[in-house]
Amino acid sequence: MNYDVVVIGGGPAGMAAAVSAKENGANVLIIERDNKLGGILNQCIHNGFGLHYFKTELTGPEYADRFVQKVNELKIDVMLNAFVIDITANKKLTVISAEKGLLEIQSKAVILAMGCRERTAGAIAIPGDRPAGVWTAGLAQRLSNIEGYMVGRKVVILGSGDIGLIMARRMTFEGAKVQMVCEILPYSSGLKRNIVQCLDDFNIPLYFSTTIAEIKGKQRVEGVVVAQVDEKMRPIESTKRYVECDTVLLSVGLIPENDLVRDIGMEFHPKTNGAVVNDFRQTSVDGIFSCGNVLHVHDLVDNVSNESILAGECAARYIKGELPKGETVNVIPGKGIGYALPQKIVKGSGEVKIFYRVDNVYKKPKVVVKCGEKTLYEKRGMIMAPGEMENVVLNKSDITSDISVSLEVDEK
Amino acid sequence: MYDVLIIGGGVIGCAIARELTKYKLDVVLLEKEEDVSCGASKANSGIVHAGYDAEPNTKKAIFNVLGSRMYPDLARELGVPYKNIGSLVLGDRNGLVTLKELLARGEKNGVKGLEILDRKKLLEIEPNISDEVEYGLYAPTAAVVSPYQMTVALAEQAAVNGAKIELECQISKIEKNKSGYSVFTNKGQFDAKVLINAAGYGADKISEMCNGPKIDYVFTRGDYFVLDTVERKKYNHTCFPLPNEKGKGCLVSPSADGNVIVGPTAINVKLGDDTATQAEGLNYVKQDTARIIKNVNFRNVIRVFSGVRAVAGNDFIIRQDDNLITVAGICSPGLSSAPAIAKHVAEELVTKAGLKLVKKENFIPRYIPPVTREMSKKEWEKLIAVNPAYSKIVCRCEKVTEGEILDALNSPLKPKSLDAVKRRVRAGMGRCQGGFCTSRIMEIINRECGVPFTKITKKGKGSEIVVCEIKEETK
Repeated sequence: MNYDVVVIGGGPAGMAAAVSAKENGANVLIIERDNKLGGILNQCIHNGFGLHYFKTELTGPEYADRFVQKVNELKIDVMLNAFVIDITANKKLTVISAEKGLLEIQSKAVILAMGCRERTAGAIAIPGDRPAGVWTAGLAQRLSNIEGYMVGRKVVILGSGDIGLIMARRMTFEGAKVQMVCEILPYSSGLKRNIVQCLDDFNIPLYFSTTIAEIKGKQRVEGVVVAQVDEKMRPIESTKRYVECDTVLLSVGLIPENDLVRDIGMEFHPKTNGAVVNDFRQTSVDGIFSCGNVLHVHDLVDNVSNESILAGECAARYIKGELPKGETVNVIPGKGIGYALPQKIVKGSGEVKIFYRVDNVYKKPKVVVKCGEKTLYEKRGMIMAPGEMENVVLNKSDITSDISVSLEVDEK
Repeated sequence: MYDVLIIGGGVIGCAIARELTKYKLDVVLLEKEEDVSCGASKANSGIVHAGYDAEPNTKKAIFNVLGSRMYPDLARELGVPYKNIGSLVLGDRNGLVTLKELLARGEKNGVKGLEILDRKKLLEIEPNISDEVEYGLYAPTAAVVSPYQMTVALAEQAAVNGAKIELECQISKIEKNKSGYSVFTNKGQFDAKVLINAAGYGADKISEMCNGPKIDYVFTRGDYFVLDTVERKKYNHTCFPLPNEKGKGCLVSPSADGNVIVGPTAINVKLGDDTATQAEGLNYVKQDTARIIKNVNFRNVIRVFSGVRAVAGNDFIIRQDDNLITVAGICSPGLSSAPAIAKHVAEELVTKAGLKLVKKENFIPRYIPPVTREMSKKEWEKLIAVNPAYSKIVCRCEKVTEGEILDALNSPLKPKSLDAVKRRVRAGMGRCQGGFCTSRIMEIINRECGVPFTKITKKGKGSEIVVCEIKEETK
């Protein structure tokens, strides 16, 4: 089997990338491990999607469906219940498909769109027992929204990531008592609008610099010991208190699912856990592109779609030999910046959008982008927090050497 | 009336059950949990020790060395992951004396191939040792094994050869009478001529119930980290620090399943089932391993757990009093010793307890289910041609197919919980810890076994995954 572009993953990123590659003339295949397209959007039955991209408010399945329809209209090949088990730097894929068995597929370009997975209780090593009732928020979301079951009645949520916030509201709607959300950091990694709409509106308290120090209960969660943490994130003994609950939901971070491409010589970024890419979303492995949450974790699916459309278009241009190959410069995250992406820019003309996150909460910081001594961009923001991805648009013709993005801060 | 009743479905009880089913005996095994291998047998380092630790002529020394020699064949026969990777005890420049003592003791115990290596040699075979490590005792016969898969496989073979395995069976009373013992449980009364107490951390209470020998347990909890399989390639051997009065110290070792295991602590606890990990214990493991291995990547932890070893003095308790056989205090090196202990119990003690051993003509082998992730593409294709369920990945981290889960659900010792499925096929044991496959496995169990979603448990009664249907309680 041969394709111009194989897209791994049929979630929002994969679908948008495939649509865009096809519209740019490529012969495209989407490989999806689930039995339908849409990815995690299928279990996100709440609204709030599409305000930027479609200029209207949609639920997750509705947002996904708009892209599913495009995939169908464009007659893009889709392989469902299929799983890529190996990929080489030469873009040869080994696929196991429930319908077709083991397959080898040679592609000219590959777009990685595998999304991310949730950080687990094991990964953060919460002390205590290992009973039923400790679930990642995403698993709880699937069990309630796809399977139709309640995962608990009295809930404590650890971590204020967006899925946790959404699940706080969802569980409350269904009659559960959400006791509190504990966030180990002094700020939330979730969107402000979700804190307001999912917690504040239901009087669910959100405690910062607070964690679960221990889980109690042998068979089923019986309660948790909650504590404030010191500057080294260690629980403070005198602040420990017991909170009764039968369920602990975790929303403590998302990890891009790059396990498939760990051993093909791809360069990764320690902060994003995704590939290092240039402004075409091409990774360090020639002809392999990356977009969506497998590249870096986004707040809004609208941004995922935009990024993936760019990746799809560039993959199509790549196979036609139209992708510029000039000299690259680096995008260096400076003071106050958690990460900036793309990490590299191919010199040329046109515009380039740099996405970045700040590394803490800042009041009225000045964002400065410099190329050498020359300031390319300067703007004072209001409140900036790591939970909200920001961006700045630059003219590529101004970029002659490495650029830096940094904050000038008066007060934290 | 059974010939033999075994209490306890750990590796010891299951190994004894399997050994006894080679003979014309009616055997029953009672286990209080929903699966075998739920106590110390599932929560330990998974090491088949070479046998240099224990004092010569102790039961620990004898059975460890014998057991370790039996493992390669036994693991192959049962189709259980076993890897003879060898072990290293690593010491600084003051450690040479202790290592020489260990070597001498090992040779007395009959351990083959022991050798003391210097730093240069050590670096060649184990590149990530700490800077302070100067000497190491190399034991080529040491190995790693999957302890829960071993226990399950032993129980399965016992079951297909006629042993009755009664799960979720709690004992309320034991009576001695002239024909043997009557054991009263929530699953009814069981009568047997010979009683074998292999109840692990509960063996002291069982012994009290049947007027057996007094067992004084000290319970020691061990906390562990499990690292992602990506860390596996950094390590070649099971690496121990120098032993101290608290035990063998925190090891760093590849596991038989391809992860890296780091631990354990040795913290005294009051109860044999107090397996809650503690922050102090986990922090201690992080510090202690630095003695032997540098920069263990704790960022790639996927799981923490702890197990409790029931320690009864310096040696194992393996004794026969009339028609009661007690096998207790089987702490480390218990897993290593299990095959040899089982053989001894069956061939020597059961005879002494008054039963005659007559070999069956046919000892049915265990059916070894296919493991697709270990297959060549050709083998996998063949398997898919027979049953396409082997082409549907359910657990993406460990690449477990639906076919393998169906095999487990139809195995002789049907798993009753998600953890039991996990121990058999590794679904849910990977880096996402079941985030992806939990609901999918529930769908399969629901479809294949007709168990409603609300009755599917993580690890037996009281650990249901979901509490009710949406709207069921708010209507």
